[in-house]
Amino acid sequence: MRLISARLSAKRRSPLAGLVVLLLGLLVTGGLYAVLSPATAQTSQASQSTVEKGRALFLVGCASCHGKNGEGIVTKRGTQYGPPLVGVGAAAVDFQVGTGRMPMARPGAQAEKKEVVYTPEEISAMAAFVASLGPGPAIPEREAYDTSDVDNESVVRGGEFFRTNCTACHNFAAVGGALPGGKYAPSLDGVSNKHIYEALLTGPQQMPVFSNGVLKPSEKRDIIAYLNSVKEQPKYGGSNLGSYGPVAEGLFAWLVGIGSCVGFAIWIASSSVRSKKGVKA
Amino acid sequence: MTVHEREGMPGNEDAVATSEHGTAPARREAGDPFPDPGLHEHQPRPTDVDERAGKRAERQIATMFVLSALCTLLFCVAYFVFQVGDDPDVIMGFGASNLALGLTLGLALLLIGIGTIQWARKLMSDVEIVEMRHPTASSETDRAETLQALDAGVSDSGIGRRPLVRNSLIGALALLGLPAIVALRDLGPLPGNKLAVTVWRRGMRVVNDVAGTPIRPEEVEIGQLINTQPEILFETEDGERTYEGTELLQAKTKASTIVVRMQPDDITPSAGRANWGVDGILCYSKICTHVGCPISLWEQQTHHLLCPCHQSTFDLADNGKVVFGPAARALPQLPLMVDDEGYLVAQSDFTEPVGPSYWERGDA
Repeated sequence: MRLISARLSAKRRSPLAGLVVLLLGLLVTGGLYAVLSPATAQTSQASQSTVEKGRALFLVGCASCHGKNGEGIVTKRGTQYGPPLVGVGAAAVDFQVGTGRMPMARPGAQAEKKEVVYTPEEISAMAAFVASLGPGPAIPEREAYDTSDVDNESVVRGGEFFRTNCTACHNFAAVGGALPGGKYAPSLDGVSNKHIYEALLTGPQQMPVFSNGVLKPSEKRDIIAYLNSVKEQPKYGGSNLGSYGPVAEGLFAWLVGIGSCVGFAIWIASSSVRSKKGVKA
Repeated sequence: MTVHEREGMPGNEDAVATSEHGTAPARREAGDPFPDPGLHEHQPRPTDVDERAGKRAERQIATMFVLSALCTLLFCVAYFVFQVGDDPDVIMGFGASNLALGLTLGLALLLIGIGTIQWARKLMSDVEIVEMRHPTASSETDRAETLQALDAGVSDSGIGRRPLVRNSLIGALALLGLPAIVALRDLGPLPGNKLAVTVWRRGMRVVNDVAGTPIRPEEVEIGQLINTQPEILFETEDGERTYEGTELLQAKTKASTIVVRMQPDDITPSAGRANWGVDGILCYSKICTHVGCPISLWEQQTHHLLCPCHQSTFDLADNGKVVFGPAARALPQLPLMVDDEGYLVAQSDFTEPVGPSYWERGDA
């Protein structure tokens, strides 16, 4: 082989021709590769930089509780200081940081919803970093929780799912309720469609997970549509006293209802104004 | 109305009215350490002595009655004006019809009440009345007459002398209880073992409540809660459901379950329950053992299941043990396994009766 190629090269003008052909071939291959797969290369580069940015933000804002690599920190007593974030997915970050629950202001029974600290870009960067730690639920696409074209039947079905799965903690009118030890199920009023979807998907804090395998994406969307329809309904029966049920209603009946009855009774029995006029001394 | 007219009114003989400008004399009975203080000095109201005040009160009261009539008319108008149904009228977020009907009728009644009371307070006679107490028993003569009539009846009927009549009457009266027993017999018989068994059987699939879809273990994540039912409640035969109506509800009240998944390391199964779960997936009755409320308030981090009715708390990682509240027994657990197609199914029915305790259950 070597003899043949040597002889062939020898017949050509330059002994360097073989080298030139080799270089040319490499150039074409490299050029073709660059032309055919530039998008992938660029995306992974951009995503890599997002992850790097997210990691930088994470180290400043989250690592003190969740560990530098999101591995979680365990206290001396064996309790979780900050839970591990490996495998929680981008959806969990988008929910926890996007609703202001994280970063927590102080350790306590429950991370409360408060003002959001990070910008949407920063949140998605952190979400990308946490998603890179392990496989977990991604941030849902807009179509998954868009309820603009949901029909009445789906709303009714969503109501059935809501009453079966959610009312135990979140109350029949979704205004929330108490849990033991200072914890509580928050009100769902004013929570965006996306965040309700993400909460179902990831099960934040004490809330159980409702995975897509069991509670299908369409069923989740129906629940959200039902919640939105509940908010729009007029209060047919007058003031609902916050929809807290028998406690608020009983308190109102005892204080205002019976109180006004007592007031009337006092008024009826009280002696009216008397006059000194016409009284014979 | 003068005092003398009042005293002459029938049924008011014992009422001692004071004279218009004086007080009843303080009476003192023999041996009574506390003298009767009598009535305080009577003071007339402005409406009694001032003609103009009287007229003003009259106008006030009439105004309330007129306003009440107006509200009644508005009620009738509101009934026809405001739309209800699919596209109801709304005032400030409230249903307009209910709001208007309630307010107008409520005010109409309230104004009549207030007007009437005001009438009594301002214009009706204003004299203090004392009504003396009477013994509540009938008079001696009435009582003697009654006893006499009873004796006469007994001796006339000869109930003591004619035992045949007496005994047959007693028999006839006793038999009158029979129609009640016959008519109400469908309240029984005793439920037998109905309370102790549910529709769960070996190999019956555990399906998602409402949707009725079977569940694969790999779809269930750690920390997941699923409200579940036995598949038979969703089964159809020739387009008709096997269980329907009352039967369906009765089956549901006993067979409702919840499926949860925890880290297998967190679970401490008691003896014989080691293989009742599938990779940390456990199934429990959804019916509280206290008074039978449906419970699905699950804290995924503490593994506690709470009953919203009376705060009974069960630890699902520890065989449904009661950790708080009035429930006396642990939550019954349904043994799970996976069928040939990879879906979660029951190994058997519950091994103990679900729900609240009952007399025939024997324990707790």
